[in-house]
Amino acid sequence: MGLLDKEFSDGNIVIARVDDLMNWARLSSIWQLGFGLACCAIEMMATSASHYDFDRFGVIPRNTPRQADAIIISGTVTLKMATRIKRLYEQMPDPKYIISMGSCANCGGPYWEHGYHVLKGIDRVIPVDVYVPGCPPRPEALLEGLLKLQEKIRNESLRKKIA
Amino acid sequence: MKNPEEIFELLKNEFGDTILGLDKDTPTESIILVDSMNINKIGAFLRNNNDLKFDSLMVLSGVDDTNGTKVKDEDGTDMISGGTLSVYYHLHSTNLKHKITLKVSTPRENPQVESTYNVWRTSDWHEREAYDMFGIIFLNHPDLRRILMPYDWEAGYPLRKDYKNPEFYKGMKVPY
Amino acid sequence: MALKTETMVLNMGPQHPSTHGVLRLELEIEGELILSVKPHIGYLHRCFEKHAEAMTYPQVIPYTDRLDYLAAMGNNFGYVIAVEKLLGIQIPERVEYIRIIMAELQRIASHLVAIATNGADIGALTPFLYLFRDREYILSLFEMTCGARMLYNYMWIGGLSHDIHPDFVRKTKEFIIHFRPTIIELNNLLTFNKIFIERTANIGILPIDTAINFGASGPVLRGSGLPFDVRREDPYSIYNRFDFEIPTGKGLVGTVGDCWDRYYVRVLEMEQSLRIIEQAIDNIPEGDVHSAIPKRIKPPKGTVYARVENPRGELGYFIISDGNLNPFRVKVRAPSFVNLEVMGELCKGHLVADVIAILGSLDIVLGEIDR
Ligand code: SF4
Repeated sequence: MGLLDKEFSDGNIVIARVDDLMNWARLSSIWQLGFGLACCAIEMMATSASHYDFDRFGVIPRNTPRQADAIIISGTVTLKMATRIKRLYEQMPDPKYIISMGSCANCGGPYWEHGYHVLKGIDRVIPVDVYVPGCPPRPEALLEGLLKLQEKIRNESLRKKIA
Repeated sequence: MKNPEEIFELLKNEFGDTILGLDKDTPTESIILVDSMNINKIGAFLRNNNDLKFDSLMVLSGVDDTNGTKVKDEDGTDMISGGTLSVYYHLHSTNLKHKITLKVSTPRENPQVESTYNVWRTSDWHEREAYDMFGIIFLNHPDLRRILMPYDWEAGYPLRKDYKNPEFYKGMKVPY
Repeated sequence: MALKTETMVLNMGPQHPSTHGVLRLELEIEGELILSVKPHIGYLHRCFEKHAEAMTYPQVIPYTDRLDYLAAMGNNFGYVIAVEKLLGIQIPERVEYIRIIMAELQRIASHLVAIATNGADIGALTPFLYLFRDREYILSLFEMTCGARMLYNYMWIGGLSHDIHPDFVRKTKEFIIHFRPTIIELNNLLTFNKIFIERTANIGILPIDTAINFGASGPVLRGSGLPFDVRREDPYSIYNRFDFEIPTGKGLVGTVGDCWDRYYVRVLEMEQSLRIIEQAIDNIPEGDVHSAIPKRIKPPKGTVYARVENPRGELGYFIISDGNLNPFRVKVRAPSFVNLEVMGELCKGHLVADVIAILGSLDIVLGEIDR
């Protein structure tokens, strides 16, 4: 902080694009919906615990969809669960992002062939922003996925798209 | 400690014809075959008898024996008709430390087995699971519903060998 | 005239931070008081048993990992023991020793998660961070051995996938030295913490006959005071060579069989696991871990039921073989599935906040409940 203190000590003005400022603010405080599904959820927990420390990227688990910016689908989505996930997704306020974590959420994973009760990919129900492969993905992989999501947010624009 | 032969003799003396036999061909464990409509009585005896004391049901497993004949239905899919479904009970005594396996069989077309809910409470969910997966009806079970599959699943019993998965469930595509 | 009151049905889950996955509890409450609890499961039903019927015997092992994903080694262990019994093969000593060390390390790792989440659920977040740090230590030992952090596919039928790393023995000893003080730290931080005791002592008391009748096992049963442990009752592998105690609930701060007892049994068990590892780690004989792996795994016709003591309780595999390359039927006796059944009994008459403490003390894993 020392550097910043000096820069701003005599009340300078910073000029930035609104897009940049907004995106910078949004991407450095992605609050995720604290939501675990299966084995991948344990790796997600490990990522947020001491060793890998999700917190340093501004990711804090929120326990209600209404306060969440992102949802990490961490694990196998079954048919019974899919309708509930859709409901959760719909309850989240815009803008919202989805990280699909693990092969199961991407495409059914090891259960693709005989899984009569497994949804073969969460993208059949809700749109996905980042896919993280692996079974389970290592915490580093999930962090990489998060960085990819930040990149995506950084390149977004507030301006109306003109078709 | 009693071995399966002794337990079989004890049961045979007590229940006569409802004990159908002792299957010793299986290399690793002996199985006592029991009539499906008397399993509750036999279970209560096994639990309460002082020489047996089988107070814990380790697992109850449904099995599709697939011993019927294979037929093709109208649209050419394989079906199994006739034959039996079975239920295995693995019992254990925490007190006397012996184990025994019971087996009941029931016709595939109308599978009915007496519930052992009031003997071992472990049966509660296990019987619901056997119903869910194989469609075995447990008579006198207080709450026989599907347990793992959605309550409104209509496509049959998934662990039967001739089960066919539906194309769609609530608008979601099921096959890969 | 008395006021007319109505009971209310409250849904907890399937998305709830303290249900440890996707469990839905239907609570019938009157004010804060619980009248009944109905668990609804199946939100993670991944069709393990169907897969097992379609795969060859060795191919099933990775799926067993994914049943109880916090104790994947234990799941592998149970399955390979069942198939080995069916095949009737002898396992080299070296393999047995390594298996036991792995299983015990896994027990510690799993209990660490159980304790951490039990604490975190009822408000103690700091131990969570401490305990996950130590869990990472164990995971790095596993990673060093087989390359995976969580789902190992390590124990194969008749052997192991890899031999241990040359550094493994040294690192494991270091871990033991490092971990002993952590248990003391944990006791100071959480176990004998006044608030924690208030939340868990005398809550969710499970009497011993109920526990047996419901078929409970593992720390849930031992917390009620019965020293039942499959490692001792029905020794598999080479457990009968080791000296260890079976901790039981004694009602130290409350009544026997309450949440705190179940919790404390886990803490004590970690200590015992360390003891087993200590006895085994120096005696690993030389040998080849691949020598007994059969070329072609095709067991004879027959049935087998094998059980092992997993961190959550008695894990059993019932396998029917019809003499083919793939099993005819595999049924898993999942300890959490059975332990969760007592939930309804335990919660009666408690408050809503206690449900979370009780659920945490049962330590369930949805992966093996729903399979
Ligand atoms: S991708 Fe693998 S680790 Fe993740 S939920 Fe699926 S089976 Fe489990």
